[in-house]
Amino acid sequence: MNDITAPRFSSPDEVGDRLNEVDYLSDEAIAATVFLADRLQKPILVEGPAGTGKTQLAKSVAELTGARLIRLQCYEGLDESKALYEWNYRKQLLRIQAGQGSAQDRDWSELEEDIFDEDFLLTRPLLEAIRAKDPVVLLIDEVDRVELETEALMLEILSEYQVSIPELGTVTAEQIPMVFLTSNNTRELSEALKRRCLFLHVGYPDVERERMIVERRVPGISGELALQIAQIVRTIRSMELRKHPSVSETIDWARTLVVLGKGEINETDTAETLHILLKYQSDIERARHELLGTKPAPRR
Amino acid sequence: MLDVLNDFIVELRRAGLPISLTEHVDAANAVSEIDLGQRAVFKSSLRATLVKSEDHRAAFDSVFEIYFADRRDRSADNDADDHDDDDRDDQDDEAQGQGAKGLKGAGKSMGQGGGSTMSAEELAQMLEAAIRSNDAQMRSAVAQQAVSRYAGMEPGRPVGGTYYLYRTLRNLDLDGVLEKVLDEQRRDKGEAGLTGLEERLARDELGVRVEGMKRAVEAEIRRRLVEDRGAEALARSVRKPLPEDVDVMHASRDEMLSLQRALGPLSRKLAVRLTRKRRHGRKGPLDFRQTVRRSLSTGGVPIDPRYKHPNPSKPEIVVIADISGSVASFARFTLHLVYAISSQFSKVRSFVFVDNIDEVTRLFEVADDPAEAIERINSEADVVWVDGHSDYGHAFERFHDRWADEINSRTSVLILGDARNNYHASNAWVIADLQARARHVYWLNPEPSSYWGSGDSIVGEYGVHCDSVVEVRTLRQLEKFVGELA
Repeated sequence: MNDITAPRFSSPDEVGDRLNEVDYLSDEAIAATVFLADRLQKPILVEGPAGTGKTQLAKSVAELTGARLIRLQCYEGLDESKALYEWNYRKQLLRIQAGQGSAQDRDWSELEEDIFDEDFLLTRPLLEAIRAKDPVVLLIDEVDRVELETEALMLEILSEYQVSIPELGTVTAEQIPMVFLTSNNTRELSEALKRRCLFLHVGYPDVERERMIVERRVPGISGELALQIAQIVRTIRSMELRKHPSVSETIDWARTLVVLGKGEINETDTAETLHILLKYQSDIERARHELLGTKPAPRR
Repeated sequence: MLDVLNDFIVELRRAGLPISLTEHVDAANAVSEIDLGQRAVFKSSLRATLVKSEDHRAAFDSVFEIYFADRRDRSADNDADDHDDDDRDDQDDEAQGQGAKGLKGAGKSMGQGGGSTMSAEELAQMLEAAIRSNDAQMRSAVAQQAVSRYAGMEPGRPVGGTYYLYRTLRNLDLDGVLEKVLDEQRRDKGEAGLTGLEERLARDELGVRVEGMKRAVEAEIRRRLVEDRGAEALARSVRKPLPEDVDVMHASRDEMLSLQRALGPLSRKLAVRLTRKRRHGRKGPLDFRQTVRRSLSTGGVPIDPRYKHPNPSKPEIVVIADISGSVASFARFTLHLVYAISSQFSKVRSFVFVDNIDEVTRLFEVADDPAEAIERINSEADVVWVDGHSDYGHAFERFHDRWADEINSRTSVLILGDARNNYHASNAWVIADLQARARHVYWLNPEPSSYWGSGDSIVGEYGVHCDSVVEVRTLRQLEKFVGELA
């Protein structure tokens, strides 16, 4: 199995640089984990708060390796027939009925072999990723939403890169795809799943990285403004709020300020545009009070 | 390398991290794929293969820093080449040893760091400069000097270094430096000074730098301790329980903070699990419309009957918590959790007592977040009757007088406390009466079960009337209990 896919990257630094080229600013942990996932041929379980670029990481890796992205969006009630494969029983029924017309000489086993053929197989994302001839990146999004039992469906794919179909036999991957699983940590994933994956926690970026992300994503922004934005966002994230601003909200905020023609940001601008960053009225009021209030910040 | 890795993993397991054999093998494979010269990559690789939960990261980091201490720090600031690293290590060790002896003998530090001795003033200036410039090399240089000068480390003592850290930081007075640099920035602005926003941002930025300085000092102390006693011995001294296993009653301030941070995700997880359990626990009546719709694809034969989701009633919760000094942190913690998942109950009412009892439900409703509510409970609730020592008997009696009629067959009653009654009357009949009225009565006791019934603990007297008495000392136990409750 090790010979099927040649390594995609030569060093973690290369991963970082190439992610950078497709406008994804990674850090050391991200680059090293992606590198290892490729070398060890293991899936990556990406965990972290919403809006920190978990899904984007998979998309960016697909883009830089020139691979097709196959995405399985998980939800409660997802089952085998939606995730792996399903027999096209309508077509099978037709086949049986068509067979009945042309005499009874064909025996049953032949017909059975016939209707459980690949022609009657509907592939779903997981099987599709395994059978793909071209390079693919498989993204299993929000894996924490499926039930524990459904999780087990994925285990065979994640460790052996194969799918067993009772009527057909085992389908083994032509080439090892890179696999990303994302989780918002709404429930504890099973030990079995975690054991098969590399673990990557993507948290909020530090000021320096957030500034670079803003500069990259918002054309025409001044370095000064980007830094101020990153600093304000860090301060807001240190408060106790119902929901902290995500990176994408930071970017939205930066865009707004640029559209408004601000070169730097002062107290009034902050107060007036805070609703882009925060989505709850109580959060907005609290942040406004703490940011602009005259009382000194509590010491740590 | 594999031997070191093996020791490292053994230590992680001792610290409580669940590391399987597969993960060990993965880590070994990972290490063979990467360039060991890059420490950050090495660390990320081990973390990706061994640590599968963000909660365990702190434990991993602390063990990693001990087993793979950064030896290159000091070569950076002296512009020395890697190959004479070892020589200087020895030199510094001697210097450190001398410093320690000097401290013991003459009562003052000698801090001879290989000829680069600095006076206290020079060190203070350098510290300010390091904070101002946020330069990593300068930071580690200051940390080295400061530790030689102030920590007064004594070789061979089986300690984790907390005291050395405290001693060094006290002498550095980082808060003072922060204020001083902030003052400078204010002066630079001239007449107008900093606006509230600018001041807050500057303060936070400096706060982060000061935090970095603290970590540098900590790392320096740790490095010297490892050199002194070896990694394994030090790891044993600093080993701490994982966040979910910390004893709530005896948690330190830092541990308490990390526990509170863990509460958010935990309550979200619990809420999701409980909703699911309710929805999937039973089947409701036949959903005729959906069944017929599904039957169309099988030629009108209803092969696959569909059922409606059942809608079972959510339980009502009454929490009665002892908030006297001995168990306050536990009660606070549990109230936090109950309110965080209050959407899972149709109604939550809470009562707190010391030797008198008061309802505090309203405080939770008006407060923005539980922390504020708990602050107000401490200042506003009328819980002291005579002397402010726990009196379960009196509190229960008062509860019975005023609220017993509101307990009905949908209510689950949770009582939080250690049942240490200061030898007052127990009034256990109240609990018996509550049990007759309520659906369930549970008693959560934050004491280890081996202490129950010792001294003035009368949990046994109450316990006979409860559905169960549960030992809840850690987050893990609390999570388990709440999961079974709803």
